[in-house]
Amino acid sequence: MSAAPTETPVTETPVLDKQPDTTPGGGQSDAAAAVKGVPSRGPGLRARFAGSPKALIVGMALLFAIVTAAVTGNGTWPGGLEVDVKTPLTDLTDWLSLNRTTHPVFLYFLLHISNFAETAYLSLVDLFAAMGWLGVTVVVTLVAWAAAGADLSRRALRTGAIALGALALCGVLQMWEPTMETLSLMTVAVIASAVIGLLLGLASGLSDRCERVLRPVFDVMQIMPAFAYLLPLMLIFGIGQPPALIATVIYAVPPMARLTSLGLRAADPAALEASVSLGATGRQQLLTARLPLARKQMMLGLNQTIMMCLSMVVLASLIGAGGLGDRIYRAMATKDMGMALTAGISVVLIAVLLDRSTAAAGEQLQERVSQVATRAALLLRRGVWLLALVLFVVFALFGTALGQEAWPEAWSVDLTTGIQQGVDWITRELSFMANWSDAFARGVLNPVRSGLIAVPWWALLLLVAAVGWAVGTWRAAMTGVLCLALIGALGLWDASMDTLSQVFAGLALTVLVGVLIGVLAARVPTIERVLRPVLDVMQTMPQFVYLIPVIGLIGQGRAVGVFAAVIYAAPAVIRITTESLKQVDPTVLEASRSLGDTTSQQLFKVQLPLARKGLLVGVNQGVVLVLSMVVIGGMVGGGALGYQVVYGLSKQNLAIGLPAGAAIVCLGLMLDRLSQPREKHGGR
Amino acid sequence: MHSSTHDTQSNPSNPSKHSKRIRNAILAGSAVVGMLAVSACSAASTTNAGGSDDKVTLAQPSWAGAQANIAVAKKLLEDELGVEVDVRQMNETAAFTAMDGGQADAVLEDWHGNPKQLKTFVEKKKSVVSAGELGVKGHIGWYVPKYYADKHPDITNWKNLNKYADDFKTSESKGKGQFIGADPEYSQHDTGIIKNLDLDFTHVPSGSESAQQEEIERLYKAKKPFLTYWWTPQVLQNELELVEVELPKYTKGCNVPVEKADCGYPHVDLEKFMNADFAKNGGDAAEFIKNFKWSNEDQDAVVNYMTQDKMKPEAAAEKWIKENKDVWEAWLPKK
Repeated sequence: MSAAPTETPVTETPVLDKQPDTTPGGGQSDAAAAVKGVPSRGPGLRARFAGSPKALIVGMALLFAIVTAAVTGNGTWPGGLEVDVKTPLTDLTDWLSLNRTTHPVFLYFLLHISNFAETAYLSLVDLFAAMGWLGVTVVVTLVAWAAAGADLSRRALRTGAIALGALALCGVLQMWEPTMETLSLMTVAVIASAVIGLLLGLASGLSDRCERVLRPVFDVMQIMPAFAYLLPLMLIFGIGQPPALIATVIYAVPPMARLTSLGLRAADPAALEASVSLGATGRQQLLTARLPLARKQMMLGLNQTIMMCLSMVVLASLIGAGGLGDRIYRAMATKDMGMALTAGISVVLIAVLLDRSTAAAGEQLQERVSQVATRAALLLRRGVWLLALVLFVVFALFGTALGQEAWPEAWSVDLTTGIQQGVDWITRELSFMANWSDAFARGVLNPVRSGLIAVPWWALLLLVAAVGWAVGTWRAAMTGVLCLALIGALGLWDASMDTLSQVFAGLALTVLVGVLIGVLAARVPTIERVLRPVLDVMQTMPQFVYLIPVIGLIGQGRAVGVFAAVIYAAPAVIRITTESLKQVDPTVLEASRSLGDTTSQQLFKVQLPLARKGLLVGVNQGVVLVLSMVVIGGMVGGGALGYQVVYGLSKQNLAIGLPAGAAIVCLGLMLDRLSQPREKHGGR
Repeated sequence: MHSSTHDTQSNPSNPSKHSKRIRNAILAGSAVVGMLAVSACSAASTTNAGGSDDKVTLAQPSWAGAQANIAVAKKLLEDELGVEVDVRQMNETAAFTAMDGGQADAVLEDWHGNPKQLKTFVEKKKSVVSAGELGVKGHIGWYVPKYYADKHPDITNWKNLNKYADDFKTSESKGKGQFIGADPEYSQHDTGIIKNLDLDFTHVPSGSESAQQEEIERLYKAKKPFLTYWWTPQVLQNELELVEVELPKYTKGCNVPVEKADCGYPHVDLEKFMNADFAKNGGDAAEFIKNFKWSNEDQDAVVNYMTQDKMKPEAAAEKWIKENKDVWEAWLPKK
C-alpha cells in the first residue's frame, strides 16, 4: 500500500544527524555476526574506530561480551533476581473467570461497552444483509468514486473501478457473506479508532505535556503483540466481537493519533499567525486553520488506521469474531487450502479497496486546498454524495426486494480444487527446500542462539547500554537496559534470547532482500510497477494462509517463522529503499555520470551513501515488523516467546501469556530505541 | 509557540492558552460522556444467546471431528426442529468462557483439556453444565509411523525410546531426539512425561493443529522417522499409518500437576457442555443437544466425507443424515 500500516515512523522519525558507521542496524547484525565469531568489519577498521570514540566503546563492549561468553559459557539471568508474577496473575485469572458476569464493575460499566460493541456490529451485519449484494456494491462504488473526487479524472474512475472490482471478486469467489461480516467489524472498529485517535491526537497535538505522556503509550500499543492483550480482554469481555473490536481499536489508534498530532504541530506558523491576527478565537483557530491544515496527515493516519484494523480483525477471529478470518481458520482445520486462499484473497481485495479509496480521498483533499474548484464541479460532487446517501437509504429499506441478500451463486467460480492442486504440485516439486531450511536453522539460528545464551547477562546489558548510547542518547541506553533487565526479572531470559536470535536472522534477511529489490525497483520503473501489487499481497495476506503449505515444504520450525517475518517486513524496507534512492538529487547523479562512473559505481559511491538516512529508517522499521511476526512464528513451530503467548491465549493462562507478551514489548522497545537514529534535540 | 500582541478583542492572545482551553473542553466533554455512559444505564444484560428458543449458538473447535458433530447437529436442528443455528469457531477453552458469558449455548465435544476451567465454571460458578456424553471415545497417545516401527519393532515400548533417540534428531531438537508436541490448546502433559521418564527427547511444540498435521504429512511422505503427539478420531487417521508407543498406564491424577506427570493418556469419553440457562430454558433445542449421541464410526464417516471425498461439511452431514435415520431419530425430543 502506498501508505502501509506500519510505515508510521517514516513520517515521524526525526531527521537524523550522526556520525558514520555506528549504524544501529550495523551494530546489531554485527553483534549477531560477532557471536558467531565471524569478523564483521572490513579493512580500515582500526582507522574508523580511532576516528570515533563511540564506535570504540561499542567495539570494546562487544569484545567484552565475546570474551566473557567464551569464559563463562552460560550467562543466563540468575534465578535469584527473578520476580514471581505467576501467582498474582493466576489469582487474577480465577477472579475474572468467577466474577465476569456478576461483579458490579462489569455489570455497570464494562458490559455496557461490550454490549454496545456487539449491538453495533450486529446492526451493521443486518444492514448489509438488508441492502443486498446489489445495494452494497453500488453504494460502496459510488462512495469510493465520490471520495476520489467524483469526476472523470483518472484517479476517481480508477478508485471507483477498484471498489467495484474488489467487491465483485469477493462475490465471485463465494466469499460474500464473510466479507460483509468483516466489513461490519471493520466499520465499527474504524469509526471507534478514528474518533479515539482524533481525540488523543488533538490532546497530544495541542499540549506538550499530553504529548510527553502519550508518546511512549503509543509506542507500547504499537509494539505489543495483539495476542498478548487479546487474552486479558477475552477474560474481561468474554468471547466474540467485543474483545475483538476492543483489541482492534487498541492496535489501530496510534497512527491516527500520531499523525493528527503531527499535522497539528506541523501547521505553518504564518497561516496560524494570519488566523490569529484576523481575530479568531481558540476554537475558531483550531477549526478553521489548524485542523484543515492538518488534513493531509489526518487522512494518512486514517488510511493507516484502516489497514491496521483490517489486519487485526482477521487475527481476532481466533476469539470468535467471525468473518473472513474465521473462514481461514475453519479451512485450515479441514486442510482446505482452496477455501483458505480464497478467503485470504478476499482480505487482500478489501485491503486494496480501502487503501486506494482513502489514499485517493487524501490526495483529492490535498488538491482541493491548493486549487479552487469550479462551481459546477462542486455541485456535481455534492450531488454524487447526495445520490450515494439516497441510494443507501433506498437500498437499506428495499434492498432485498431489488436483489438477493447474498451474491448470486450462478455468478461465482469455485477455484478451490485448482488451488489445492497447485499447492500440492508446489510442495512436491520444491521439496528440496527442506534442506535449505534445515541448513539455515543449523547454520544460522542455532549458533546465534547459543551465542546469545552464552553471553553473560551483565555483559549483554553493558553491550546494550553501549550501543544505545552510541546510537542515540543516554535515554535510549537506559530504556534498552531497563527493558532487558525486566525480561530477566520476568524469568524469560532464555526464551527471549531464542526469540532475539530469530529476530536477528530475520532482520538480516529482510534488509538483504529489501535493499536488493529496492535498488532494483528504483532503477527499473517497470519492476516497481509490477512489484506494487505483489508487495500489497505480501503485507495484507493473512500469514496463516501461506504458512501452513510452507510447513509442508520446509517443515515446522523456527525457519518458517523467520520466513513469515521476511515476507511481512520486506515490503516496507523495499518501499523505503526505493523512495530514498529516488530522492537522491538528480544533479549529483548527473555529475557522477559525467565523470564517467559505471552504473555500479554510481550506485555504491553516490546513491547508496546519499540514501543512507532512508535506509536506516528502513532498518528501524524492519526490526519492529520482524518482531511483530514473532507470535505468528509461535503458531508454526517458532517456539520461544511467541509460543508462550499463543499457549497463554489458548489455555486462557495469564500467568504464561502476559509475561511473555510483556517480554516481547520489552524486546521491541529495546530494539526500536537501539535502531532509532538519534533525534535532533528540541526539533519538534 | 509564538505569541501575538496585536489581538485586541476579548480573546486571550496567547495561542497556547487557546489550546489549553480546547484541551480542557475536550477533557471535560469526554468525562461527561463517560459518566453518562456509566450512570445513565442500569446493570447491563449479561447474556445475549442463552435461553432463546429459536436460535442456538454452537461453539465449534477447529478439529474435523468437532466439525462433523456440528454439521450434523446444525442440519437436524434447522430441518427437523426449525431452530436457527449460529456456529462460531472457537477453541475448547474459549468455548467455556463463551458458555459462561452466554455468547455460546453449547459445545458438543470436549476433551477435558482444561481441568481448571471445568472446576471454575462447572463446579464453582455453575454457569456451565454437562449435557451428557457424546458417545465418541477419544484417545491421545505417542505415535511413530508404521514404516519405522516395522524396522524397529521394540520402539513401541517407551523404555526403548532412548535407544533410538538419535534417529529423531532435528535442527530444532537441541541435540536430543525431537518429540513433536501438540497444539498448545490440547490436553497434554508431554513435557512432564519426558522429564520424569528420563527420555532423551526435546519437546518441540507445534504452534497449531494444522501446523502439526502438515508437518507430519511432510515427514510421512519423505518416509522420515518421527515421534509425535497424536489422537483419534482424527482427520488423517486413514491416510497415515501410525503405531502407538506404549507409555506407563494412566491412573487417575497421575498427570497432575504436569511437571510431575509420569504416565500416558486416558481414553476420554468426550462430553457435551451447555450454558446453564440454556439447559433449563432451551426447550427442544436443548433437549436435542442432550440427546445427541453417536459412535466413533458415525463421526468418522462424516469426517471421511469431508476430508477424503472433499465434501463441504453441510453436504457431508446431509449424506450421513440420509443414511442413518434410525440413529438420529432417537435424538429428537418426544412430542
